[in-house]
Amino acid sequence: MAKLNVQAVQKIKDICERYKDEKTPLMMILHDIQHEYGYIPLEVQEIVSQETGITVAEIYGVVTFYSFFSLKPKGKYVIGCCLGTACYVKGAQQVIDKFQEILHIAPGETSEDGLFTLDALRCIGACGIAPAVSINGTVYPKMEVSQVPKIIEQYRKDAEVA
Amino acid sequence: MINIKIEGISYQVEEGLTILEAARSCGYEIPSLCAFNHGECNQGSCRVCLVEVVGARGLVASCVYPVHEGMEILISTPKATQARRRSVELLLSNHNKNCQQCDKNGKCELLHVATITGARDDAFKGEHSPTHLDYLAPGLVRDTSKCILCGRCIARCKNAQGLGILGFENRGFNTFVSPAEDRSFADSPCIQCGQCVNVCPTGALMEHSEIAKVDQAFKEGKHVIVQAAPAVRAALGEEFDYPIGTPVTGKMIAALRRLGFERVYDVNFGADLTIMEEGSELLQRLQNGGTLPMITSCSPGWVNYAEYQYGDLLDHLSSCKSPHQMQGAIIKSYWAKQNGYDPKDVFVVSVMPCVAKKFEKQRDQLKVDENYDVDAVITTRELAKMIKRSGIRFDRLPDEDWDQDIMGDYSGAGVIFGVTGGVMEAALRTVYYKLTGQEYGRIAFDEVRGHDAGIREATIDINGLEVKVAIASGMKSAKPLLDDIRNNKSPYHFIEIMGCPGGCINGGGQPYVKPCFLPNEDDNILDTYKEKRAKALYSEDERQIVRQSHNNPQIIELYDKYLKEPNSHLAHKLLHTTYASREGFNEIK
Repeated sequence: MAKLNVQAVQKIKDICERYKDEKTPLMMILHDIQHEYGYIPLEVQEIVSQETGITVAEIYGVVTFYSFFSLKPKGKYVIGCCLGTACYVKGAQQVIDKFQEILHIAPGETSEDGLFTLDALRCIGACGIAPAVSINGTVYPKMEVSQVPKIIEQYRKDAEVA
Repeated sequence: MINIKIEGISYQVEEGLTILEAARSCGYEIPSLCAFNHGECNQGSCRVCLVEVVGARGLVASCVYPVHEGMEILISTPKATQARRRSVELLLSNHNKNCQQCDKNGKCELLHVATITGARDDAFKGEHSPTHLDYLAPGLVRDTSKCILCGRCIARCKNAQGLGILGFENRGFNTFVSPAEDRSFADSPCIQCGQCVNVCPTGALMEHSEIAKVDQAFKEGKHVIVQAAPAVRAALGEEFDYPIGTPVTGKMIAALRRLGFERVYDVNFGADLTIMEEGSELLQRLQNGGTLPMITSCSPGWVNYAEYQYGDLLDHLSSCKSPHQMQGAIIKSYWAKQNGYDPKDVFVVSVMPCVAKKFEKQRDQLKVDENYDVDAVITTRELAKMIKRSGIRFDRLPDEDWDQDIMGDYSGAGVIFGVTGGVMEAALRTVYYKLTGQEYGRIAFDEVRGHDAGIREATIDINGLEVKVAIASGMKSAKPLLDDIRNNKSPYHFIEIMGCPGGCINGGGQPYVKPCFLPNEDDNILDTYKEKRAKALYSEDERQIVRQSHNNPQIIELYDKYLKEPNSHLAHKLLHTTYASREGFNEIK
């Protein structure tokens, strides 16, 4: 098992400490870790297990149950394509297919350059602007397949500048 | 007591019961599947036990629904019977139905409820969720194509071992039960005790069968020697419909002989040998300021746990191999020489109540001169399978006796190894003698006997030396003892730890105790079977003329002619071993 550095271990222990008086602290701890690091690998779950007494298998179960939590590092830009019913009937499948084609990744994967992660989401509650795509919190309404290349290009340029 | 009605008939039942339990006390067995042992598992997930309750909205799951005053329960209405059948059909629709190949066949609770509910196997057709297979661990195999997601294994691992190796992964149709990361049991801190196998209602969790290995050894013309552990005789009869707790030693020996084994030995000889070595080791530690408390090392589940969780305490473990490994080493050295055999042509099969022994026997530390002490380990259940397929009518067998050459004698002390507290009691009988030159008056050390999950302790006065001992079985019970040692707070000299709650009689390789297949046992058999099996062993101890390991004449002869004395150089080479700390979630290449 790859070893985490001392600071990272301490940081995770600190996060666990924050919720030590909670009856069911696991969701809050995982939420904070996901926010802090962008993912929750097994070695991190082992530390959470030691600190909370919750078994690794149970933590792993929670992490894999909720699509919000991730086991692998996510890209700089997380593209969430809504595939809820409304978006789907408005052509969301073609939109996500286009993202896959250009980025050469399947939903749930991250591009080799580490820039993009593609997520297939269930309803994000934006049915009025279907099909909707959300990239790092920015929502793109009424997406059309033809817009996809331009959007990707724009983010690539942003990344170069940054 | 409260008043309820079932099928319109009035009954009085205890308060606080579930409908399932209340109905049982009134003489109804509602078909149920996932519920287990007084709510040890009560996810209410399988929906097989649905009944109608007058006034309730929809059908209710009787395994989790509590009874209340005036409740009217209907079990046999068309609505309820059809719903139960439908629930089973839905489970079958995502089930790998190759029943005739399944090792659980005959003891499968899913097949049982399918039969009694009249479920049709093709009622729902469609996609199956992805299958996850694990055949890497020597002790256990996992096949999720047979899993019904009841959660019993998860509960048992937590309750018995405090480990929680297994959990649900993913969600919805893709949910499966697995160690974290869909790892093998071999790549997680699983101790391979097999308690999960004992509660699994289907063939999703099984022992890793080694019957084929034994067949192969016979085929190759090897000298195939068998040795059976004490706990096997206390439970093997259950596979042949004997009441739980019937000792079947003589018939078991007769069956083993008819299966073609060249010699049939009792691991009790190895147990006596273990006591000679372990007793001497304890005395040396007591007298020379060695690491105390010393902890027994007979249980491979416990040894696995120690190596994973308490790598800093391994000096506390006795360096003694477990009895069947000791005996295997003697068979391949002294015995082979006496018979003029090359150890490479000798194949030692151990019949064990245990699946962790399957892991143990392939440890590199348990080799002497490149030969493994033991070549194959089969469980009590696997032995029953071998007997059945050979057409042997177990109940018609005569009672026979063990082969007597070199390793035929055994003491009562060896027999009780199979029950929690037994190794401790056996050791105390010998240690007392070594220190005082006299036998302990009572022979039975009642203080160390019991079946509870908790810790038992006793202080034995030996010539003014107060020996403090403690006993625990199941890792959840053992953990506080170990934490005390880690924190330098342990008052004990000697601790016995067994991997499974109740000791080997309740091992992961023993016959399944499933009330639905045991119509002639008491309703509370899940509470009493451990005690019944233990009694079978204690009664055999009482019947033995020699009840202390050091008085076993063949043990005395073995030391005279070969080993010289306990802890001698040769004894160390053959009978002692080492341990190594292990990482739970190792790096997978």
